[in-house]
Amino acid sequence: MNDQLLSVILTIITAATPLLLAAIGELVVERSGVLNLGVEGMMAVGAVSGFGAALMTGNPYVGVLAALVAGAALSLLFGFLTLTMVSNQVATGLALALLGLGISGLMGESFVGQPGVHLERLHIPGLSEIPILGPILFGQDFLVYLSLAIIALVSFVLFRTKAGLIIRAVGDSHQSAHALGYSVIGVRYLCVMFGGACSGLAGGYLSLAYTPQWVENMTAGRGWIALALVVFSSWLPWRILAGAYLFGTITVMGFSLQAYGIGIPSQLLSSLPYVVTILVLVLISRNRALMRANTPACLGQPFVPDR
Amino acid sequence: MRLVLEKRAEASTRMAYLSPIIAIALTLITGGIIFALRGLNPFTALYVFFVEPLTTSWSIEQLIVKATPLAMIGAGLAVSCLANVWNIGAEGQLTAGAILGSAIPVFFPDFQSPMTLVLMLSLGVIGGMAYGAIPAFLKNRFGTNEILTSLMLVYVIQLVLDWLVRGPWRDPKGYNFPKTIAFSDWQMLPQFKLIPDSIGPIYINLGAIFAVIAVIALAFMMGRTLKGFELRVQGVAPRAGRFAGFSRERTVWFCFLLSGGLAGLAGICEVMSTVGQLQPGISPGYGFTAIIVAFLGRLNPVGALLAAFALAISYLGGESAQVALGISDKTARVFQGILLFYILACDSLILYRLKFLRSTPKLAEGGA
Repeated sequence: MNDQLLSVILTIITAATPLLLAAIGELVVERSGVLNLGVEGMMAVGAVSGFGAALMTGNPYVGVLAALVAGAALSLLFGFLTLTMVSNQVATGLALALLGLGISGLMGESFVGQPGVHLERLHIPGLSEIPILGPILFGQDFLVYLSLAIIALVSFVLFRTKAGLIIRAVGDSHQSAHALGYSVIGVRYLCVMFGGACSGLAGGYLSLAYTPQWVENMTAGRGWIALALVVFSSWLPWRILAGAYLFGTITVMGFSLQAYGIGIPSQLLSSLPYVVTILVLVLISRNRALMRANTPACLGQPFVPDR
Repeated sequence: MRLVLEKRAEASTRMAYLSPIIAIALTLITGGIIFALRGLNPFTALYVFFVEPLTTSWSIEQLIVKATPLAMIGAGLAVSCLANVWNIGAEGQLTAGAILGSAIPVFFPDFQSPMTLVLMLSLGVIGGMAYGAIPAFLKNRFGTNEILTSLMLVYVIQLVLDWLVRGPWRDPKGYNFPKTIAFSDWQMLPQFKLIPDSIGPIYINLGAIFAVIAVIALAFMMGRTLKGFELRVQGVAPRAGRFAGFSRERTVWFCFLLSGGLAGLAGICEVMSTVGQLQPGISPGYGFTAIIVAFLGRLNPVGALLAAFALAISYLGGESAQVALGISDKTARVFQGILLFYILACDSLILYRLKFLRSTPKLAEGGA
């Protein structure tokens, strides 16, 4: 029984971590007033780059780095279009999602069916051997710890530092931030790249730790769920943690019910995370006062400085 | 050296027509570079990819087959996007239409009369509209973001389709393959000869005619009716629309029902022609590609029809390049993505002018 419980908890953590990484990155992007809908595409490219780099070098950490760089590079393309060329952010984000999925399919063609490199769980002698709590607290792979650290860091930077104040100012009123002499475009570029790097990491987590292999469309809508999580969190970092683990739990519940062979068709259980996403969005959006208070006021609005 | 945008005094009409053409040209150049990097002669590769699909009567027939759903869905999405309603779930509405319409041959395989055809097509439209109604309802009732809900619903309906064709709707004599019974006679769309045998027979099915009718009707609506004006105002100046008393809620409903219905029609037409039965993977992402179609057509229904052909070429070219050059058919999707990027970048040039600044201007030195 203990073993079973343990394995369920461990699966929940692995299911939650990619959502967590992608969502916290997008949260920063949206806090700076930019809506990047291309998370799914950046995740897919991160996943395939991470897988490929790890396969070629045999080192999963190189894979993690490659995933991060690939995500950031793709987000730069989005940044150039929406920030420098002031294109429509919604349409450009969709374009990024489509392009990312296309590129990942093309890049990953030779990787299909290849055994991947697994990002090992850490093992701290003594601590990791404590029953139940040991493996959960001290036996995760390093991306799990990194994801939690990023949440703490983002929360601290956004609400306790001047840099965070500038990011929020840019997102809430780009005209005022510009008038105060801050580079709106510059700040947004940095935030978009941070978001891209996080999405890339999330993808890398999928292909290196979640299921160490490459399958086309392996992101399976997680990028979109991450976008929904940002709304769910009402743009507050710690709520991303709660949301991601809630979704992780729901996903795993679907799998476990399947394993127990309950008479519900597997496809309907697989659709659970998507249905729950919609329900959660509805519940959150109903509270219009909350939405209005927390949505960055300039979200999705283009900015062209007057010259 | 910095690249900055400078607002034009007024929108450039010349750029409005040029931007899709520039975007296509840039995509071709990028494609050529990609082919060259993979060690192929870029000119041969581009020829195989983009010209060969136009050379035989068979391939032109295929082109029309592929352009049909793209034009149908793209025209609907163009109207929606113009009114600032983001329906990203056309792929899901396509699937919903295909499923509901297919219920007739699945449950009444022996029901064969012209009514079968009419009923299946109507159910297809209703299925797409009903599935499009969900995000519209949630948007109006709860203010839920329609982009995310319509997209999530795509995953849900695809899983439902998968369950149906593997479970209750599976053909009992189908050797366990995940598909329904094959449709026949009145369960399929009739075909017409577009061009006589002497030139090379080209057949089109009823779906292509629906697509053309839809495009003309929508073009008329957008250009000549108050409804079209209402939609355009809400896209360009939502505040002005509110003052004019145009209901945002009604617009959301209208756009989702319209684009959903057209996507559903495209879906049922696909299963009633090319596919011939219900199975997983009835569409190679037409619902998503139609977003590119809408933008390449500059959110104009007639433009969407032209754009549908451009993207149909990329689908066909992808297939022929795979056979002739051994390039992955996934290349087509990359080209489609690149194309959308270029369109969006070029569209900025309608309102702005590109300017290179040598460096940030320095303040004049204060004289002593």
